[in-house]
Amino acid sequence: MAVKNNSTLKELSLLLSFGEESSVSICSHFISKIENLNSSISAILEFDRARIMKAAEESDMRRKIGKVLSPYDGIPIAVKDNICVEGERCSCASKILRDFVSPYDATVIKKMKNAGLIPLGRTNMDEFAMGSSCENSAFMKTVNPWDRNVVPGGSSGGSAAAVAASLAPAALGSDTGGSIRQPAAFCGVVGLKPSYGKISRYGLVAFASSLDQIGPITNSVSDARILMDIISGHDEMDSTSLDLKNANFAGNNAEGINFSLKGKRIGIPSECIDIEGLDGTVRKSVIRAAEIFKDLGAEIKTVSLPHWKYSVSSYYVIATAEASANLARFDGIRYGLRKKAADLIGMYSSTREEGFGEEVKRRILLGTFVLSSGYYDAYYLRAQKARTLIRQDYKKAFADCDVILSPVTPTPAFKFGSKTSPLQMYLSDIFTISVNLAGNCAINVPAEKCSETGLPVSIQLTADFNNEALLLGTAEIFEKNRPEENFSLP
Amino acid sequence: MNSDKYFDIEGIAKLARINLDVKEGQKLRSDLTQIVNYVKQLGELKLDGIEPTAHATEVNNIFREDIAEESFSRGKMLSNAPELVDDNLVAVPKVISDDEEAF
Repeated sequence: MAVKNNSTLKELSLLLSFGEESSVSICSHFISKIENLNSSISAILEFDRARIMKAAEESDMRRKIGKVLSPYDGIPIAVKDNICVEGERCSCASKILRDFVSPYDATVIKKMKNAGLIPLGRTNMDEFAMGSSCENSAFMKTVNPWDRNVVPGGSSGGSAAAVAASLAPAALGSDTGGSIRQPAAFCGVVGLKPSYGKISRYGLVAFASSLDQIGPITNSVSDARILMDIISGHDEMDSTSLDLKNANFAGNNAEGINFSLKGKRIGIPSECIDIEGLDGTVRKSVIRAAEIFKDLGAEIKTVSLPHWKYSVSSYYVIATAEASANLARFDGIRYGLRKKAADLIGMYSSTREEGFGEEVKRRILLGTFVLSSGYYDAYYLRAQKARTLIRQDYKKAFADCDVILSPVTPTPAFKFGSKTSPLQMYLSDIFTISVNLAGNCAINVPAEKCSETGLPVSIQLTADFNNEALLLGTAEIFEKNRPEENFSLP
Repeated sequence: MNSDKYFDIEGIAKLARINLDVKEGQKLRSDLTQIVNYVKQLGELKLDGIEPTAHATEVNNIFREDIAEESFSRGKMLSNAPELVDDNLVAVPKVISDDEEAF
């Protein structure tokens, strides 16, 4: 046995515990993969070999004296470039933060390190997590490892491409409107958007604070559960993180063992299937998944999310409004880029002109507009009320079913430059963003391969707020029984 | 509602403290007009009596005891500053203009 392509965290943990591999050998393996393949895939912005190898040696030392911090001690994990790792750059793939060095670890990084996991390089992303294709990075163009002419998805496209191409065994991403699930689906790996509040956002550069959530991108559902157990939990540095005492956590529950679909109700929202522009393989993936769930003893029901079609509108008003406020901090004063100008306002304005890319400017301007006097009630307040209706739709749907089955994207990964307007790009997020508005948890699981292109297609499963146990149990059963077994790159 | 009429891109850019050149301004005005026209579908909804949702969870202010604790060192917090004075203060451009100083 040795490290192979798409090795899971579980497999690596076994290799370590049997002494067949060391942390040094595993980390060397992934570093050489990055050195050989990253020039063509461009998933990783930067990695610090010396720091990684030092951490690996320390892990091997702990294992030698029988003091491992967890079964996963010594395994490297790639990290999206908007999560702070002490002493390393955190640029959000933006020129405005090009040389920013994090003075502290994000809580998720601290928790990873406490379990012996080793941060392995910063992954490329759409600037400030704004985008669905990674084309908005200021630094490099990540390609989809399945086909270099198509996008890896975004905004966590670097993380998803890194896991798919086996440059890392797993990665952290962040999901504000689908930024974990969509790239994971495009790259044929698993991506989990946890319920809002499940994971501390301390040290995650804020885009839209009421929607942002960090989550894992992995080779298997069980790896997503492993990382969730390590990184989740209440944190006093983020008052929106949930108090563990009442939480129903991913792995630590009775339902995880002997989980069965017998008696479970899987709901398919009628609105999500009968829409224009839905790709044939995507539609087929949902229909076949429903048949599989039925064969395994679940009941398939049609549910309704009547306000679902307003989610893109509600989202792009709320997310940009929050972004315009959150990104006001990038003013050239305390950190980041500073452009000299004759006066203070001139300095702010030219720093932001030069430091932000076009999509970030577009969203800040839209957010400023919807919050401006005279338009606040017509746009921002209406969007927040629409959000209430979307949340209520989910509550009602979850009274009728346990898990919702839907597509995760309208099509498989699209070609570079094929979305000709920003609005077209926004509409490609239709299946993912309503989950963020409601605060629920959702996961994509690769299900099919496109017959013409061979590109992977995922289904999306959504569960009610704080119901990761049910979500992951259902996803794992699907993963074992899905129509296509192998999602390793050819 | 005609968004072209009120889409004062220069005014919004000024509020957002972003300089735009003419070409960029035109492109963004056209993009934003298209996006705003799309989100106007929110106008179809009957929203009387519906409470707005600001957050995905019920969050309230959480207070901690007012006790001084160790925090980051000054040097660490200043390490990313673009310009320093005496190595321990953030240098900023002049905030008050010469005209105002006269008062």
